Amino acid sequence: MTDQLSHLARMAANGRMTRREFNSRAAALGVTSALAASAFATAARAQEPKKGGLMRAGMQGGESTNTLDPALAASEVPFAVNMIWGEMLVDVSASGEIDYRIAEEISSSPDAMEWKFKIRQGVEFHNGKTVTADDVVATLKRHTDEKAQSGALGIVQGITEMSASGDMVTLKLASGNADLPFLMADYHLIIQPGGGVDNPAEGIGAGPYKVVVNEPGVRHGFEKHANYFDSTMGHADQVEILVINDNTARTAALQAGQVHMINRVDPKIIELLKGAPGITIQHVAGRGHYVFIMHVDKAPFDNNDLRMALKLAINRQEMVDKILGGYGSRGNDFPINSAYPLFDDTIPQREYDAAAAAEFYKKSGHDGSPIELRTAPGAFPGAVEAAQLFAASAQVAGIPLTVKLEPDDGYWSDVWNVQPFCASYWGGRPVQDQMYSTAYLSTADWNDTKFKDAKFDEILIAARAELDATKRKAMYTELANILRDTGGLICPMFNDFVEAKRDEVAGWQPDPNGELMNGRALAKCWLNA
Amino acid sequence: MHPVLKLVAQRIALGLLLLLAVSVVIFAGTEALPGDVASAILGQSATPEALANLREKLGLNEPALYRYFSWLGGVLTGDLGTALTNGQDIAQAIGQRLGNTIFLAACAAVISVPLAILLGLIAARYNGKWPDKLISGITLSTISLPEFVAAYFVIYLLTQVIPIFNPVAMVFPGMGFWEKLHAVALPVIVLVLVVLAHMMRMTRAAILNVMQSAYIETAELKGLSPMQVIWKHAFPNAIAPIVSVVVLNLAYLVVGVVVVEVVFSYNALGQYLVDHVSKRDLPVVQAVGLIFAAVYIALNILADVISIVANPRLRHPR
Repeated sequence: MTDQLSHLARMAANGRMTRREFNSRAAALGVTSALAASAFATAARAQEPKKGGLMRAGMQGGESTNTLDPALAASEVPFAVNMIWGEMLVDVSASGEIDYRIAEEISSSPDAMEWKFKIRQGVEFHNGKTVTADDVVATLKRHTDEKAQSGALGIVQGITEMSASGDMVTLKLASGNADLPFLMADYHLIIQPGGGVDNPAEGIGAGPYKVVVNEPGVRHGFEKHANYFDSTMGHADQVEILVINDNTARTAALQAGQVHMINRVDPKIIELLKGAPGITIQHVAGRGHYVFIMHVDKAPFDNNDLRMALKLAINRQEMVDKILGGYGSRGNDFPINSAYPLFDDTIPQREYDAAAAAEFYKKSGHDGSPIELRTAPGAFPGAVEAAQLFAASAQVAGIPLTVKLEPDDGYWSDVWNVQPFCASYWGGRPVQDQMYSTAYLSTADWNDTKFKDAKFDEILIAARAELDATKRKAMYTELANILRDTGGLICPMFNDFVEAKRDEVAGWQPDPNGELMNGRALAKCWLNA
Repeated sequence: MHPVLKLVAQRIALGLLLLLAVSVVIFAGTEALPGDVASAILGQSATPEALANLREKLGLNEPALYRYFSWLGGVLTGDLGTALTNGQDIAQAIGQRLGNTIFLAACAAVISVPLAILLGLIAARYNGKWPDKLISGITLSTISLPEFVAAYFVIYLLTQVIPIFNPVAMVFPGMGFWEKLHAVALPVIVLVLVVLAHMMRMTRAAILNVMQSAYIETAELKGLSPMQVIWKHAFPNAIAPIVSVVVLNLAYLVVGVVVVEVVFSYNALGQYLVDHVSKRDLPVVQAVGLIFAAVYIALNILADVISIVANPRLRHPR
């Protein structure tokens, strides 16, 4: 039993399971929590962070067109780069709680309309200036300016008033929002000196590493920020991100030891890579999901029976197995999974049911003309194959679903949000409200299913200001059911983040918030020589 | 004026006109692609307001003709402008990457050109015998292999089975010369494999063609060894077609190696161009397109001039 316990402790210390998982597994072994804690501590001590060295990540998702302006970050490399040099007010921890960064205390009025953030004292920017409440307000103000084209515009839009006094930042909202602290963890909202108004792409922040080399699409090099406030991060002296977009080259670079970790392991080669010496696969269920979206305001998708027929005609397990290589979970036609707080796991899983699909299809009275599903290789990895699987399983139910292949070029401007039925993906958001508000509220800019339901809007907005967790959870269950049964979203699968690291990298903790430990792997891990 | 100089001047003038035409074609081509830089930058996250703002900011609302001529004006005064997508200075970004492109091409050329010509001479010497068949067989199979397959093969062989090189071939300022050579070893090997056959076959064919001439028979009859005959008498007269093929391959090494760059994550111009084409970043596409066209045209002029200089009949026209 002690063998098993120390094995579990080593796994936990290696980041193969979370502390919480470890405790419950230890409890299952019949171990007292005191013994479990001491086993964990022993294993963790062997994992004392080592300082120094140069740690490299090889990443997909960078282009020579990238910039350091955090407002414009949209792909994987800019995200990870910003998480290394930047620091937000707060972050979301791996277990889904608020992790205080530049803010050290948050309080709100009972109606969640007014929020106060107390700024941590003595946090320093890379240029030697101290982070002040004014910098925070200036940063948030810049993101509210339409000209900044910020990816966080939708988040900061709801703030009607911002003010700084002493070390306190006060935000007033147009309507109550209990999730505001989570929204401040958005990766665009990196605090910059003077708000980054003068030179948004300067790359000066308060994060664990300073930018030394910035060659977009090639590499990003960093060295340790000596006065960083948090000693649990920033173990290596230097870190570097190499942009290696080619799957084979990225994997080969990891195997050859040229890089210590890579993102986006191709599901097709996971099994092969598992056998490679000195390498471990890391995977964690995230909030990202692959979708097929129907415009509920356009024929034939304005007919809910037809929508139900299509939702029942997709084989979700087959998608998870074949498109994700088993590294993912089935979707249930609403955009939320267990990675979100307040998720209701009692909502029944929708299964592939050709007979029921055929019945709904008959009831819809569709004239039998082909239903065209548009897809492109870039819609999500495996989008073309997934569409073909969908068409095949739908044809079994007698639904004339056909696949139309579109070019990647112009897919997001000419097909997505334009054509009534196409493949797409969502990266997920830290909280349910933000996911629903971004894409399913009647007035949402990115309402890509054109779903407009007054009752849905009403519950969503009421839930936002509800501080009672039980009531709030019930409201989210209702939202999920409305969307699941009447929405235009077909969500067959949630994809895991599948990554790989070399064994000399220690301190890895699975983090569902984003890939490579929510962009912090280079800052939180260390190298065992 | 010497007729050769006159010809060179004519060719250069024609080349410049051609460059102008190329810039028009690139501009029109990029304009005709679906979507514009604003929608390409914002991607899935585009809202109508954000699109309108960005278009306004980038000056995309100006008429196409106006944008073309303001760009042309900039280029003629030596200003390539800044990239629309990230505001970086284009001349600076291109400078470094052009250096990397030329470094890779030069390394590949230094190995492949002498090797191809030597193999061509040997193949011609042993025409129809086993060395000829062996050389032709190997080089023809390497040229038949798609570049990325050859690339994956050498990655597997030389980084996994025999780990002596790195799969990622990025080079940076501050690296020493030998360090750079070590970094680019794999792409150089792939490029050599790809260009070898073409040049080797042309050398062989050109020499064999000359070998039919009567004066070769004379050289043989006066007792020269076959290799001496080829080297002293056949090769100088076969140089014109060989040079034009060599130059064509050099041009390919500069402008046509984007697949190899991508596979080895080599930070050169091809990858830079492709990234900006997919974002419709017109100033960058124009600038890089122009450089590629200039390299192509210049090398072709060079080929013409060398074949004229090498040929007495063309050098002294009656």
